[in-house]
Amino acid sequence: MNALLFYCTLGIYLVATAIYLIYLVKPRDILGRAAHWLISIGFIVHCAFTVNRFMESGHTPITNLHESLSFFSLAVIGVFIIFERKYRVFILGSFVTPLALLLLAISTTFPTAIMPLNPALKSRWLAVHTSMAFLGYATFAVSFGASVMYLIQSHFLKSRKLGAMFQRLPSLDTLDEISYRCLTFGFPLLTFAIISGAIWAETAWGTYWSWDPKETWSLITWFVYAALLHGRLTTGWRGRKAAILSILGFFIMLFTFLGVNLLLPGLHSYK
Amino acid sequence: MNIIVVGLSHKTAAVEIREKVAFAPTQMEKPLHALVALPDITEAVIVSTCNRVEIYATTRDIAGGIARLKRFLSEYHNIPLETLEPHLYSYHGEAATRHVFRVASSLDSMVVGEPQILGQIKTSYGYAAEYKSSGIILNRFLHKAFSVAKRVRTETKIASSAVSVAFAAVELAKKIFGDLSDKTVMLIGAGEMCELAAKHFINTGVRGVMVTNRTFERAVKLAEEFDGKAVNYEDLFDHLHKADIILSSTGAPHFIIKPKDMEDVIRRRKMRPMFFIDIAVPRDIDPKVNDVENIYLYTVDDLNGVVATNLEQRSKEAEKAEAIVEQEIGQFFKWLSSLEVTPTIVALRGKFDEIRRAELAKTLASWKELPPDAEKKLEALTSAIMNKLLHQPTSVLKRTEEGNRNDLYIDALRNLFELETTRPAEEDLGELEE
Repeated sequence: MNALLFYCTLGIYLVATAIYLIYLVKPRDILGRAAHWLISIGFIVHCAFTVNRFMESGHTPITNLHESLSFFSLAVIGVFIIFERKYRVFILGSFVTPLALLLLAISTTFPTAIMPLNPALKSRWLAVHTSMAFLGYATFAVSFGASVMYLIQSHFLKSRKLGAMFQRLPSLDTLDEISYRCLTFGFPLLTFAIISGAIWAETAWGTYWSWDPKETWSLITWFVYAALLHGRLTTGWRGRKAAILSILGFFIMLFTFLGVNLLLPGLHSYK
Repeated sequence: MNIIVVGLSHKTAAVEIREKVAFAPTQMEKPLHALVALPDITEAVIVSTCNRVEIYATTRDIAGGIARLKRFLSEYHNIPLETLEPHLYSYHGEAATRHVFRVASSLDSMVVGEPQILGQIKTSYGYAAEYKSSGIILNRFLHKAFSVAKRVRTETKIASSAVSVAFAAVELAKKIFGDLSDKTVMLIGAGEMCELAAKHFINTGVRGVMVTNRTFERAVKLAEEFDGKAVNYEDLFDHLHKADIILSSTGAPHFIIKPKDMEDVIRRRKMRPMFFIDIAVPRDIDPKVNDVENIYLYTVDDLNGVVATNLEQRSKEAEKAEAIVEQEIGQFFKWLSSLEVTPTIVALRGKFDEIRRAELAKTLASWKELPPDAEKKLEALTSAIMNKLLHQPTSVLKRTEEGNRNDLYIDALRNLFELETTRPAEEDLGELEE
């Protein structure tokens, strides 16, 4: 049942992503709508998979890389659907869904079996801490997508290459707005994830902060986004500069999530 | 008489070249007088807009005339002919007429159907009329062009569906700002194109308009018209940061906005994007301003890409318009050739009459005693012989006016009798036109 739901999700995401990519070059409205509905169905199936896994394992299914990547992917699609609806830009999907698909595909390369919960993770904080962190990551991912689009559109405008792709992409201000809005949600979520993590660490390991690689890199990520938001409010880091920083922040965040787990041994190295 | 056209346009030359060849509207007297002073060139009109520079002229010698006009453009603007030549096009005869009719009807415009070009040609013609460089042929020619343009405008939808450069600017602004309702437009300088663009922005719905001009009164007047705010030209940089969309079209010979100024301005507005549209020729805004973060600079040329997609939809209307142009070319040429036959006949008769009189005078002088009415009779006799002799060729010429052979006949006559056709006097042509 679990595997079936998972591969259904993967299949639907694959088709939806393909349609979003076709939509990028063949701008038919019907394609955009089809992709939107398909991805929404995929999201529901993905939710069902996550709930099913929660029921089967009896704990929040964000305890190893397979589960984390899957949840990350779910959160990205969830956040994306909200923003796609709000700003009515299907084409955002052409840049965000491939990312979610990729995350879900990578998750299959890790052991998928349900394992008994690591005793260290047996806490009420698990659900809060991890879901906050991944929801935050997801908004950063959507912000990343919008920022990439911003850079492309800004390049078209600067170099006056006003082709079909230019016509498809939304206005710079819309993209800037999406990217910024994402951060205004993502940043508090990340902050909350770090604080809840610290509190949890105090109860689990006896200290709020132990400079574990995950903690250190989370802090670095936090500082990058803090700088970006601060810069935006004070000196006006918007447009291209904000887009570049958001993209940079996303890569640092990816390292915090994957790189630390896979490369740097520490308290958070759950595989 | 042949009509020739030499010029360049947005289709053959980039704005960098066009601005070098442009003629200032305030100094039209000198080039127009210089043109008609050229050998072989009898009439001349200069049309100089930001998208094209063209000379319309009349000449006897097509190839020579065209070469002279090319050399004139090169010498007047101090550009080597080798540099300029690749951008120049030239037309004569029917092609020249077609070209000018198409230009006036806005079929050759960067944005087909845009309404400004007709006004611009009318203004150009106004200068030529004022400085008397245009004569009967170009007068008639341009009036015809105006009426063709009018027909095209009323009989096709090309103008009503016209997507002008101004419209293109609005579309592009939407790609930068999305919603324009909280944006401010600033006009630097004035000019038809600039005002038209501003009107489009206002119709789309912008928050406010600022206007600045070297002469403050003009700015105030325009600001009133747009329900906006006039700004002192000296204080431009104190206000520029408040503007999101800037339309610039001053007559300044140098850049008035440079990248260094803009670094400060954009910082003052917290890096919020700015959209500059440089309508002026020569340009007002240093092209390097486009490299400043979050600033997008477009010239009239660049706006072309935005509207390219709409062209297809309008090609049908354009076809209709082309048909009208073709029809009118025929009519105009009929007139132009009728103009050719009559002066030729007049010259021919003049030549014959001159010989007749000279010979008659010689004969009369050699006679000592004459019957009382001999002089009168001889006069009548010689005139009758001359008229009889000329009757046949004259009527043949007049008959062939409708056909295409009279150019050949006229050419032959002129060569055989070595006729010098002087520019016909205005009165003669007045009659001929009827």
